[in-house]
Parts: sequence; C-alpha cells; structure tokens
Amino acid sequence: MARMVTTKRVIVSTGAAWLFGFLIFFPILWMILASFKTELEAFATPPSFLFFHWTTENYATVQERSDYVHHAVNSILIAGGSTLIAMLIAVPAAWSMAFAPTRRTKDILLWMLSTKMMPPVGVLVPIYLIYRDFGLLDSRAGLVFILCLGNLPIVIWMLFTYFKEIPKDILEAARMDGATIGRELVYVLAPMAVPGLASTMLLNFILAWNEAFWTLNLSTLQAAPLTVFIASYSSPEGLFWAKLSAASTLAIAPILVLGWFSQRQLVRGLTFGAVK
Amino acid sequence: MGQISLQGVRKSFGPVNIIKGADLDIEDGSFVVFVGPSGCGKTTLLRLIAGLEDVTGGKILIDGKNVVDVPPAKRGLSMVFQSYALYPHMSVRGNIAFGLKMAGLPRDDINRKVEAAAATLNLTPYLDRKPRELSGGQRQRVAIGRAIVREPKAFLFDEPLSNLDAALRVQMRLEVTRLQKQLATTAIYVTHDQVEAMTMADKIVVLNAGNIEQYGSPLELYERPANLFVAGFIGSPRMNFISGDIARQHSAATIGVRPEHLRIDREGQGWPGTVAIAEHLGSDTFLYVDAGQIGTLTVRYVGELDLAAGDSVSLSPDPSRVHRFAEDGSSIRA
Amino acid sequence: MAASVQTMEVALATQQTQLLARSLLTPAVALLFIWMIVPLAMTIYFSTLHYNLLDAGSETFVGLENFRYFLTDPAFLASLKNTLVLVGSVLAITVLLGVPVALLLDQPVVGLNIVRLMVIAPFFVMPTVSALVWKNLLMHPVSGLFAWLSRLVGAEPIDWFNDAPMLAIILIVSWQWLPFATLILLTALQSLDEEQKEAAEMDGARALSTFIYITLPHLARPITVVILIETIFLLTVFAEIFVTTGGGPGLQTTNIAFLIYSQALIQFDVGNASAGGLVAVVIANIVAFFLVRIVGRNLEA
Repeated sequence: MARMVTTKRVIVSTGAAWLFGFLIFFPILWMILASFKTELEAFATPPSFLFFHWTTENYATVQERSDYVHHAVNSILIAGGSTLIAMLIAVPAAWSMAFAPTRRTKDILLWMLSTKMMPPVGVLVPIYLIYRDFGLLDSRAGLVFILCLGNLPIVIWMLFTYFKEIPKDILEAARMDGATIGRELVYVLAPMAVPGLASTMLLNFILAWNEAFWTLNLSTLQAAPLTVFIASYSSPEGLFWAKLSAASTLAIAPILVLGWFSQRQLVRGLTFGAVK
Repeated sequence: MGQISLQGVRKSFGPVNIIKGADLDIEDGSFVVFVGPSGCGKTTLLRLIAGLEDVTGGKILIDGKNVVDVPPAKRGLSMVFQSYALYPHMSVRGNIAFGLKMAGLPRDDINRKVEAAAATLNLTPYLDRKPRELSGGQRQRVAIGRAIVREPKAFLFDEPLSNLDAALRVQMRLEVTRLQKQLATTAIYVTHDQVEAMTMADKIVVLNAGNIEQYGSPLELYERPANLFVAGFIGSPRMNFISGDIARQHSAATIGVRPEHLRIDREGQGWPGTVAIAEHLGSDTFLYVDAGQIGTLTVRYVGELDLAAGDSVSLSPDPSRVHRFAEDGSSIRA
Repeated sequence: MAASVQTMEVALATQQTQLLARSLLTPAVALLFIWMIVPLAMTIYFSTLHYNLLDAGSETFVGLENFRYFLTDPAFLASLKNTLVLVGSVLAITVLLGVPVALLLDQPVVGLNIVRLMVIAPFFVMPTVSALVWKNLLMHPVSGLFAWLSRLVGAEPIDWFNDAPMLAIILIVSWQWLPFATLILLTALQSLDEEQKEAAEMDGARALSTFIYITLPHLARPITVVILIETIFLLTVFAEIFVTTGGGPGLQTTNIAFLIYSQALIQFDVGNASAGGLVAVVIANIVAFFLVRIVGRNLEA
C-alpha cells in the first residue's frame, strides 16, 4: 500500500478481526481448557474459564490407555501410507500430463477430478461387500487403499499444477547438456519439484487423517484410526468431557500445526484451480 | 568440427506450417545469425537444429550425419536460452559443470574446465553463488559458460541479449563476438534486432513467415538485397520505397533508396518536399520529409544539417544506389 | 498460477517422451477407472435386487422396484428435504459470513497471522471431534456453555439435540466450513488488482461504491466456485450426524447419505441402499457438471 493507512482504520480492523477470530476459534480453545480440568470441573456450572485447578490427569489417563496409542499409530500409518502410495502413482501421472501433454490431456485431467466429486455413500454398499468378502474389513491395508483412491485425484491435480510451474526451458537446458530423461528427472526436475511435492504430501496427510466416512464404516477396532476412537465417546458412561477433550486435543494438535503450513495448498488443492 | 546443413527442413504444428522448406549450408566456425520479425520461425528453426522439436520433414546434417532422429542430448550442441534457464538449485559451479557431469568426466577434469570457463567469463568470484544471487548480466555469462565448457560442435543462441538493458547489451555483444572468434566454434544466433545481426554475423539468414528470404554476408544483404522484404528489413532507418510513375521511370514496379543515399538541398532539380520532423543527434541528422505524391521520405545526413520543420527542400537519390524491384517483390539486377 | 492447457497443445513433446508419458499415466488412469466403474456397476446391479444381508441367498431380481420404493418412501423424501436444508443453510452461512470475514482479513490488522490461524483452525479439526465438542461442551442443555450463557441473559437454555437437532448440525458443519470459504475468498480478494481500486478512486468512488462495483463482481466467480465445491462435499455430510444424533430424533437429521448408510449397515437392505446410492450419485453429478465446466474453462485461460 503506497499511502499511509490511518491509525483509526488499523485499530478498528484489528479489533474486529481479533473479535471474530476469537469467536471462531473459541470452541477449540474451550476444548483445550477443558482438557486440563477435572471431570467435575468440566461438567460444572457455572463454567470456569481460567481459574480452576489445572491438572494433567486426563492426558495421563488417555496416554495410559493402550488403545489410544494404538489408534494414534493407526492414524499415522493410514494417513501416511495412503499419502505415500498416492504419491507413487500420482507423480508419474502428473509428470506425463504436465510435460508430455496430448490433445486428450485436459479431458483426462477433468475426468480425474470428477471422480473426486462422486459421493462416497454412492458406493458404500459394493465397497463394504467387497471388503467383507475379501477380509479387508477393519484392516489397515483396506483403509490405506480406499483413502489413497479417494485422494488420488487431488494429489494428481496438485502435482500437475506444481509441475506446470517449472519453467520448460530449464528442462530443455538439461537435455541440451546431455541428460537423458531419467537424469533430467533426478538431477533437475526432482530438486525443483521438492517444495511442491512436500506441500502436496502435507495437505493429503491432513485430509487422510481427518477422513471420517470410510474410516467410520470400514473399521471397528483393529485398524480404527483416531476418528473412530473419538467417535466412541458419543455414547459413553459417566463423566467424560475432560477425557474427551484431552483425547481430542491430542488427536487434532499435530494437524492444526501442519494445517497452518498448508493454507495455500488448501486453496490450490481443493478448488481445482478454479480460483487463482 | 561444426558444419551444419539443412535440406528441405519443414515443420508444421497441426495444420500450421511454421517452416516451409529450409535449405542452408553453414560453414564450420562461422557466426550465422537468424533474423526476422516475430513469428517468422527463426526460433523454431533453431530448436529443430537443437533437437528440442521434431522436424516434420527434411534432413539436418551435422558434419555430414543426419541427426533428425538423434535426441538433443546426443547431438553435441550447446544452447544459450533467452531466459538463461539456469538450474536454480545449483551453484554457478554446479550449473557450468552439469553437462560435463552428464558426460561422465572425472571430477578433476570437470573442475579444471569449469574454472577455465569461469576465468574466461570473469565469473571466478561467483562460482559458489546461486543464480538468484546474481545480476542479469552475470546470469547471462553463466549460461554462456555452461555452453562453452562442453566444447560443442556449435553454439546455439536464442535471443540471449533481449533481457538485458541497452548498455549491457552492447557490451555483451562484443564479448560474445570476441569469444566466438577465440573459440572458432560455429555459432547460430537468433535475434529480432537487425543491428545485432549486422554487427555480429559472418552471414545472415533473413526469415519471413517460414521462408528463408536471403542468406549472405551483412554487406551483401545491405548492398544487394534479394527482394523487397530483405531490403526493408535490413538497414536502419528503413529504406524508402517509391512506386508509381517514378518507379516506372526506372523500369520497375517499386524502387528503393536508403535514407543515407538521398541527397538533400534547399533548392534543386530533385523531388520537392517539406521537412515534417528534423532530428538532430549531433553525429547525424534525420529528416522526415513530406514529398507530396511520392509520400514521406526519410533522409539521413552524416553530421549536423541546419534544417527545421517547415523548411522546403529538394531530394535526389544517388543513381548508383537505387534498388529496383519487380511486381513480385524480387529485386531486378542490372 | 493457473495451469495453461492451451499452450500445452502447441508445446508437443518429441516422440521419445510421448511413448514414455503414456505408460506413466496408465496406472493412475486404470486405478481410477476401476474405482469408478466396478463399484458403480455393482451398485447398479444390486439396486435391481431385493437383497438383504440378513437372509443372504434370497436375492431376487425386482427391476426398478427398489427405485420406486426408495423415491416414494417418506423416509427418502424427508432425507431429501433435510439434505437440501442442510446444504442450503451451510452454503448461506459460510458465504454470507465468509465475505465479511475475508474482507476483514484483507485489512491492515496487527497480528494478522495469529488471527488467520484462529479463523482457519476449524477446518483442520476432524469432524468427529468437532461434533462431540459442540454437542457436549457447548450445546449440552445443562452443563454446556451455551446453556450457561442463556441463563446469564435470563433465557431458557435450548435443548439443541432434542428441539433443534437440524439447526445444531447446521451450526457444527457451518463452523467447520467457514474457514474454507473465507480462505478461498481471501485468496480471490488478494488477487484483485490494486490498480483497479486506485483507478476507481481517481474516478471518485468512495469505499462502498468500490466494494459494490469492483470488489463484489470480482468475487462473483470465487463465490460460485465455493458454492459448487461446498455442495459437492456437503451432500455427503456423515460423521457429524453419525456421532451426535444418529439421524434422529426420528428422521429429523437424516440426510441422504445417512439414510443410505442406515439402510445398508443398520437394516442391511442392500437393494434399497444401492438404489439410494445411485440417486445420490445422480444429484452429485449434476453439480459436478457445472463445476467441471468452470474448472475446464480455467484450464484454458
């Protein structure tokens, strides 16, 4: 901005923005606070905001429950596994569409995006039956596979856009310098594509971690990730708010941090380029 | 050695013919410039020689061998790109060394050659910097260094100076020419700037809409242009063209006279006119004269001429310097 | 930066790369193709059967019977209405709130980064956590924060999940998707050429006029995109309902997705659920058609 912004404007904007931000963030904040309260405190009315007996007993309880750790590990394996496999399939595909396009390339790309628009519930029945018959229900492999397929279009799309941003003439320079296609990929393209690859993996890890349709329907115990674990708090016995809060905070904390770094990727990946 | 020949080279993108049939013989060690207006196909022709595009038809011979099916990596050529195309994640040293690394040279040889190239181009203090830390001119030199270090059969330049500011461009022009003479390697240089073409080239290829209009030395193109297009493209300010009665008097459909070959007097027997604009540069005077029926004529006078807008003048061409052109635009030689 | 497909057509690669490229693309295309075709084909097949998992082996072909049943079933009609209400309300809330919040984030705010973090956060919280936190800590009629706030102003606390379950779900889902709309609109706002606004100012426009005549039209396209994309994803809201109301009370919070789920995995009526699934696919396809057109046009740009 070339001109001086009035102080009044800054004050009003700052005040309003912080107010809105706080209001929107409040439920998360409230949950984090609750995680440090005793169950009685958490359930008590009137609710206490800051001046209560802070305790980490809920975190201890949650950590001690071996099934919490088990589910967390599942989340990591499933989100990580599906992202990695998706990348293995998507990188060559996106490379080919970005650097060796044909007249059909645009149509193929749009078709791929359209597969993401299919409602998962439309194929719930066959998938469930196939999984049941092949023993894939409640298996990590099964979840990895389906989450991978679900996110594949987004991964391909994002990689495609990142690859297209690599200046073509740098790759041609490598060819003139005597690099075969393989070496062009390894020595020139890959290093330049690393930031894009990292961003794509990050966003997809997040999307897979938070996925709450297939995980809820295709797993029960063995392979259940944290989404399912938290869902088990929907019909518990006794006081559970503080424990729920602690478990939830642990479940979302890593993603909140990663999500902060993924804002731009979010726009890129989920609007399919329709917004610049 | 770096002798390059094109035989009947054609290139189409779908229904569009970019190159319509090019025949050319480039001698080893010569500096050849491809010049022409935007869209004439000069860059496409260069990229065909490089191997970055496939030909639709014809042969490209390097030292007698047809390389049309040979990938760019194996043709033994180097290219300097308009945008320099440096590898952003490698240092200057890495950029220059890359081609040698691809060729599998031992580490010591690579270092030696890189340092030699860097010394030639005054890049030694920058060897460990990344491209983003360099100025435009420095990046340019790294791009050239990358090209020369591989000792290719020929250099290919794609408008390498167009991203530089005017002063730097003049300086780099000299350096590139000097370097090429020193290395005695064939060079093919693409530019849209005919001044660059005239000053740097041993021979010039003038292209227009996919056709080679003329191939000759700068002086040949200047003194004996093959057609209207070449005559109008080479030489600045542009040649004056006159058609109609005056042309018929010279037995031609059109005649052309260069601004520097028009004599201008306050009075005389020549074509009468009024000065519309006078540009006084000190070293030259450019006058744009409204000559009525004939049109507007440009005159170049070496030195200072005290004329201003509104003055009446008389113009007469140097008879030995009048170019005659037929109906189809080709020039008529006596 | 928009990907440009038009220039792609001109920049044809040399033969070497073309062959390799095709083989690299095959796994992705094949996988997605199978993923599309096989389950869909099975769904179509099942939708013509009377097939209940509880008495397996009793499948009988009933043609379009399931569709007729499904489409006239009051449960379906209720779920359709609920779906429309849910999607429509969330769209309205996220867009109508998203625009001012985006505008706010485009202002010179001190500590903008932290504010952005606070506004973006809800999108990254997993749906089961969001739903349960809202249901218990906030909306619980006795000990929830909202109850306390109502009592503070002397009003009766709302028993959300009994008296206004749909509204509760709408609130939860809107809270989750507001950051999405805001981010997209903010990105679009920041791409608005500063010079356009300056030109308007030179032409004498005050702040409100600039907003109406320059900013809002510029936002028309991104808002359309937000609406289309949110619709695609909102049609299949599931976890929040699963974890809070289970579709109830009665059918009050059952949307199409939940209805199909309950038919498939609670009643084990595969035939009916498949018919319903196809209906959902058809609806989604209609929306997808428009979205793909916009995306396609952008690829040309």
